[in-house]
Amino acid sequence: MASVLYSPRDPGLKKRDELEDMLEERRRSSDARHALRCYAPAVYKGLAPREVSALRGAVLQSDALQHVIGQVSAECGERRELVQEEAAHLLDEMAHRLRLGTVRFFAYVLSKVFKTLFRSVRVNEEGVQRLQQAIQDHPVVLLPSHRSYMDFLMMSYILYTYDLALPVIAAGMDFMSMKVVGEMLRMSGAFFIRRSFGGDKLYWAVFSEYVKTMLRTGYAPIEFFLEGTRSRTGKSLTPKTGLLNIVMEPFFKGEVFDIHLVPVSISYDRILEESLYARELLGVPKPKETTSGLLKARQILREDYGVMHVYFGHPVSVRSLAQGRVKRSQYNLVPRHIPQRPCLAAQALVGEAAFRLVRLQEQAMVLRPWTLVATLLLQNPDGMDLPVLEEQAAWLRRLALSFGAFLDWPDCKPCREVVGAGLALHKNLARVSGGRVRLAVAETPGVGQTAEELAFDRAVGVLSCASYRNQILHVFIRPALLSVALRTANSSRKDEVYTCFNFLWTVFSNEFILCPGASVQDFEEACYLLGKCCAVQESQQDIVMSEGGHATLAFLRALLDPFLQGYQVVCQYLCKETEENLRENKFVPAARNFALQLILAGTLKCYEALSSDLQKNALAALVQLEAVTKVKVGDQVTLKVNRRAASSLEDMLGGRIPTQKPVHARL
Amino acid sequence: ITSHHITDSKPQDIMKWNGWGYSDSRFLFNKKGQGEFTGKRYRLSGMILPSLKDWFEATFGTSLQHKTPATPTLNVSAVPPPNLVEPFVEELKVAGVAASHDPEGRVFRSHGHCLHEIFALREGRIGRVPDLVVWPNCHNDVVKIVELACKYNVCLMPYGGGTSVSSALECPLEETRSVVSLDTSQMNRILWIDEKNLTVHVEAGIIGQDLERQLNESGYCTGHEPDSMEFSSLGGWVATRASGMKKNIYGNIEDLVVHIKMVTPRGVIEKSCQGPRMSTGPDIHHFIMGSEGTLGVVTEVTMKIRPLPEYQKYGSIVFPNFQQGVSCLREVARQRCAPASIRLMDNEQFQFGHALKPQVSSIFTSFLDGLKKFYITKFKGFEPHHLCVATLLFEGDREKVLQHEKQVYDIAAKFGGLAAGEDNGQRGYMLTFVIAYLRDLGMDYYVIGESFETSVPWDRVLDLCRNVKERIVRECKERGVQFPPFSTCRVTQTYDAGACVYFYFAFNYRGLADPLHVYERVEHEAREEILANGGSLSHHHGVGKLRKEWMREAVSTVGLGMLQSVKEYVDPNNIFGNRNLL
Repeated sequence: MASVLYSPRDPGLKKRDELEDMLEERRRSSDARHALRCYAPAVYKGLAPREVSALRGAVLQSDALQHVIGQVSAECGERRELVQEEAAHLLDEMAHRLRLGTVRFFAYVLSKVFKTLFRSVRVNEEGVQRLQQAIQDHPVVLLPSHRSYMDFLMMSYILYTYDLALPVIAAGMDFMSMKVVGEMLRMSGAFFIRRSFGGDKLYWAVFSEYVKTMLRTGYAPIEFFLEGTRSRTGKSLTPKTGLLNIVMEPFFKGEVFDIHLVPVSISYDRILEESLYARELLGVPKPKETTSGLLKARQILREDYGVMHVYFGHPVSVRSLAQGRVKRSQYNLVPRHIPQRPCLAAQALVGEAAFRLVRLQEQAMVLRPWTLVATLLLQNPDGMDLPVLEEQAAWLRRLALSFGAFLDWPDCKPCREVVGAGLALHKNLARVSGGRVRLAVAETPGVGQTAEELAFDRAVGVLSCASYRNQILHVFIRPALLSVALRTANSSRKDEVYTCFNFLWTVFSNEFILCPGASVQDFEEACYLLGKCCAVQESQQDIVMSEGGHATLAFLRALLDPFLQGYQVVCQYLCKETEENLRENKFVPAARNFALQLILAGTLKCYEALSSDLQKNALAALVQLEAVTKVKVGDQVTLKVNRRAASSLEDMLGGRIPTQKPVHARL
Repeated sequence: ITSHHITDSKPQDIMKWNGWGYSDSRFLFNKKGQGEFTGKRYRLSGMILPSLKDWFEATFGTSLQHKTPATPTLNVSAVPPPNLVEPFVEELKVAGVAASHDPEGRVFRSHGHCLHEIFALREGRIGRVPDLVVWPNCHNDVVKIVELACKYNVCLMPYGGGTSVSSALECPLEETRSVVSLDTSQMNRILWIDEKNLTVHVEAGIIGQDLERQLNESGYCTGHEPDSMEFSSLGGWVATRASGMKKNIYGNIEDLVVHIKMVTPRGVIEKSCQGPRMSTGPDIHHFIMGSEGTLGVVTEVTMKIRPLPEYQKYGSIVFPNFQQGVSCLREVARQRCAPASIRLMDNEQFQFGHALKPQVSSIFTSFLDGLKKFYITKFKGFEPHHLCVATLLFEGDREKVLQHEKQVYDIAAKFGGLAAGEDNGQRGYMLTFVIAYLRDLGMDYYVIGESFETSVPWDRVLDLCRNVKERIVRECKERGVQFPPFSTCRVTQTYDAGACVYFYFAFNYRGLADPLHVYERVEHEAREEILANGGSLSHHHGVGKLRKEWMREAVSTVGLGMLQSVKEYVDPNNIFGNRNLL
């Protein structure tokens, strides 16, 4: 089963399940009856479900928590009972209070809502069946992708509909401010974690013991988002490993025989939060989640959000992952309730698993034709003639399929219709007039609109559109990196091309899901894919563009272009920044302003450079490459820029100077 | 058990050459398809076991139609000719030591009772066997044999009762020298009993049941009762660090031994006095105990003895589930009030035990049984597929036993345990000795299996049991075993800081090309799982050659080096070349 994580070399060969519309049944029969029907899911090993109160007692009395309570009480000189009370308080703040009544309420309301929002919700029922089996055999962790608030509502809704055990879901504390909704979510199985509790030993102990107790007893499937938060860009986020560490520990310590991790890919034709995300990326602060705010969102109910796809991946066995990697006997010499830092091998394994799981999510995301259209439109900001667009979309479709994309492009329909349907659904983003298609961005400032406001308006359009293009990037990213490397390398010798590839791979390791340490594998995969579509020819020593490879390589380079440009802008900004002690929290606004000025001056056409996500990723890359050092002064973090390094990085990204850093990886 | 002197120099006359125990005692399915245990030696002997067939077929998915009978007799011509060192044989004769290279005797001493050993014999496959068997009569004979072996560079392999389950008796394939099996069976005398100090001095070849019976005649016992005691020898116990069922009262072998004499290539090792405890550096007994025949031959042992207990009482407790049972045993150990023996069987073993119930003699008994079942499952709400049973044995003076019994049952009640009668307890212990015969029955019908053991801290008992059982099921499935295996465990000993756990596992191998290989891989993976879950490499079976690969991990590189340097000093030419342990 370990091989599940290591995708076959040719991803196109992977078999995928059929998807069925689960709303169809809902449109035919009564929602009330659906909400009130007998719900008796199969549970882990046929155990009788535990009461919420029993769970609470088990956590509070657990050896692990008692141990930490003792420690904390000794450290801060407080009475043990007080610390115990504090722990109980933390647990109550955190814990879910699943109630079937609330679930039924949601089942009713969501049936109505989903039927209004979506034309259909398509689910791979084979995956649901696999999950059902997994839940009975092992503790299960559900790992959905996270693009929208809809995600976890939909997850629970689907599991309820298919009569599966409802998951207990880790949610961020920010929901708690929505009094009613927060409590409703709690009663439908959400539990709430503070966003940061780094040093708080007691909080950590309560939290991890809560999760582990549920897992060990097979209380319910645990669900959380590896990406930590909703991706605002449509790309998967670098996974967070904190919770994954916690859920894998019971296996390492032998407390369970195995744990199954189930990646779930949730994809949307249209994301409800589409333009909201673009604004957030441009620095318009995220509106605080309030109940009244949610009610205002009623207007979104009037729009058409097309089809939603949910794909339950194959369960990944933690036992198989750890086979030969982690020596479980290392836990033999210390009582298991005493917290121990996981060994390096375990840490590495968890980190790697996190990346691989996110890749599995990516690979099972259903891509709609519109994502290809959006990609083409972004590469042609002046618009395209409709027939050209259709022709290129058909070409891109073939390319994507040969790279293994999970593309939902109806075979039976003519290309024109397919492209047209996408344009119709996304009429807010693309405009068709006079047989020409272009992005729906304003040409001239509106009344009373400043040039700055106009630029932001356009940026919203571009970034919204980019969030669709970003969905397919994972299909193309490796060949795209290679395409750029082929151009920047001094020769066609494989090792030189690899050096360039590896440089880009390293720079963009925060931007895309590139598994740590897998650059050689990724290089080989890229070579293979480009060879397969006849864009390059490989020999023992060399790799060169083939005769007909120009279009493919140019397209792939253009795909990376906004990122290359964006990163260069960040480098430029850092080189020009005169402030010696640049505070970290000032970095994004300052970098954005710098980019904005370039745009206003007409020297920069790339609106994506304004994205805070890109800027943060670029900064992380610069820190990683030691062009920027973070210095902690008091409770402020300031950035120390190595201007020479930043400048040469900028040149390397622009292909003006060859990649210099010697790379030690072997080919 | 009724005993038989296995002091004969030809035990193969009364014992199976390719299976467990006495030739006259075996399980079989008679013409009516009923289970039956033959012979007259055991309480179960001659009885019909009406539920055995159904249990057997349901558990293993076998059919009595599909038989895999063993080769009936040993094909002597298949035994490789002996590689003898003539002058060595000559000098032995001069020294008056009995020796023989009769093929049957050599084959008999070429194996222990690991599955692969018996499986091969049943198929008539004979591997490397010793070239000569010698029977020393006393300590001095052993001294002479070892001297001659050193002189002629002959490989010696001590042989006691032959009950090893660690491949300890297998001749190493890489051994090119003449291999001599040193059979201690003739050194079986009790040399003296010291009633003032309550010790007995015995020759190490004595078999457990003989030692116990002879002591009983004088009103004493050692109390050391390993499950193999019908056949295993005192010297074997010392060499493997044996453990007895009643260790809670009498202790394990290391607690029982006062003095050991061992003959090594360097000479004889022994202590100068019989003081009950000494602070004279690391205890040299601990180099001997567990040395598994790699350093020399244990010839004489002084052991503690106790007056025979005035009163014995069996008992049993039913628990709603295994978890509750383990919690109860843990509590008993915490209060240090464990009876002479306390064992907890899981549900599968409980059902297995039921399958071995003999035909009930009266309607009244069967009515009572039905009533009991009704009470436990319906009235008390015990789930028949979760409940499990502990069997108990109390020993001592009558009043104390009764007091003790109450204490234990009171603890059990706190964990939902219900007293389930003396009969069930007694039956449980009686089965101890016949259970080993069952594997031969299985092997007649495509079923192979084995038991193995470990010791583990209390807090990990449940996790270890669950994970190992599950691992066995998984590995069997992955290796193409068609029917789910029988994978079960019991807690057989309690200690202050942990417990000894015994696993039984068996499966139907129909359809497998190489069942033995599958079996060995599964056992290997099960051991890996034990080690990963905090269990030890062995509680009392020893390491032999079967578990050698894990020794470094088990005792650290330095630890292994210490043992190796002892071996190097004591036996630089590897005369005791069975290659166990290190």
